[in-house]
Amino acid sequence: MKPIGVLRFLGTNCDADVIWALNELKAPNKYIWWADHFDEADYSGFVLPGGFSYGDYLRVGALAARTPAMEDIQIAAKKGKSILGICNGFQILCEAGLLPGALTKNSSLKFQDQWVSVVPKNMGSHWTRMNSIMRLPIAHSMGRYIADESTLKSLSDNRQIWLEYKDNPNGSMKNIAGICNAKGNVAALMPHPERAMADWMGSHDGKLIFEVLQWNR
Amino acid sequence: MGETLKVAVKIMPRPEALDPQGRAVHGALKKLGFTVDDCRVGKIVILEINEDVAASAILKAQQMAEKLLYNPLIETFEVYAL
Repeated sequence: MKPIGVLRFLGTNCDADVIWALNELKAPNKYIWWADHFDEADYSGFVLPGGFSYGDYLRVGALAARTPAMEDIQIAAKKGKSILGICNGFQILCEAGLLPGALTKNSSLKFQDQWVSVVPKNMGSHWTRMNSIMRLPIAHSMGRYIADESTLKSLSDNRQIWLEYKDNPNGSMKNIAGICNAKGNVAALMPHPERAMADWMGSHDGKLIFEVLQWNR
Repeated sequence: MGETLKVAVKIMPRPEALDPQGRAVHGALKKLGFTVDDCRVGKIVILEINEDVAASAILKAQQMAEKLLYNPLIETFEVYAL
């Protein structure tokens, strides 16, 4: 089985947790370094983990989105490979233009580190197995999803809103916690599924999120 | 080789976008007793570009802004020769 590529940028800090989570799911995996080019055909899917790539300089995700490894992620996305972005990974995918919209400062103006309930919504064919409220942790200061009216409308119309917060913690438009692209192969969320893989961690709902990578193989 | 020209790219949050930084600074100024109607916080990127002609340096700076320095969804930019 081909491995899932886990991207590491300077300042990524949830990479080892994502590898641990994939190992828990017995999914083969391999790190991909930001400066290296790769052949998307060698991988079954990709995860962009959370962190503070490039110290969040200029704009969150902006510098990571323009690295050599991301040029190949663009190719992988076009070819329909599954790509999952988590937290900073979500921000990077938006900056790369692979997902619409942008992530901005929480309306609280604070870094928020707490458990939230998210509701899977408007699921395309890849997401249909998620049917209950999931409990996942968030840890971000730049998690408020924004987009213009026409983008929000097309997200709704095309069933691209993947996860909604039950109680909106950060002021995200339409309570958005996660979205996917029109094709459904690029998806991202602000909560951290890798921190919710077992009951001793507080929840095992994160497993469902990672299974997304396997359904689409 | 041409000489080096300095160009500034001013990046501001879009007028309609929430500017939490500006809001926080506005609040702090008011607490210090200043009367301020509005306050918005952006950033300036100063570039040294190897060009003889100001117009060419400005054009390059615009390309840099569009490729990396600003995000049209949340920001606007202006380029100035210094």
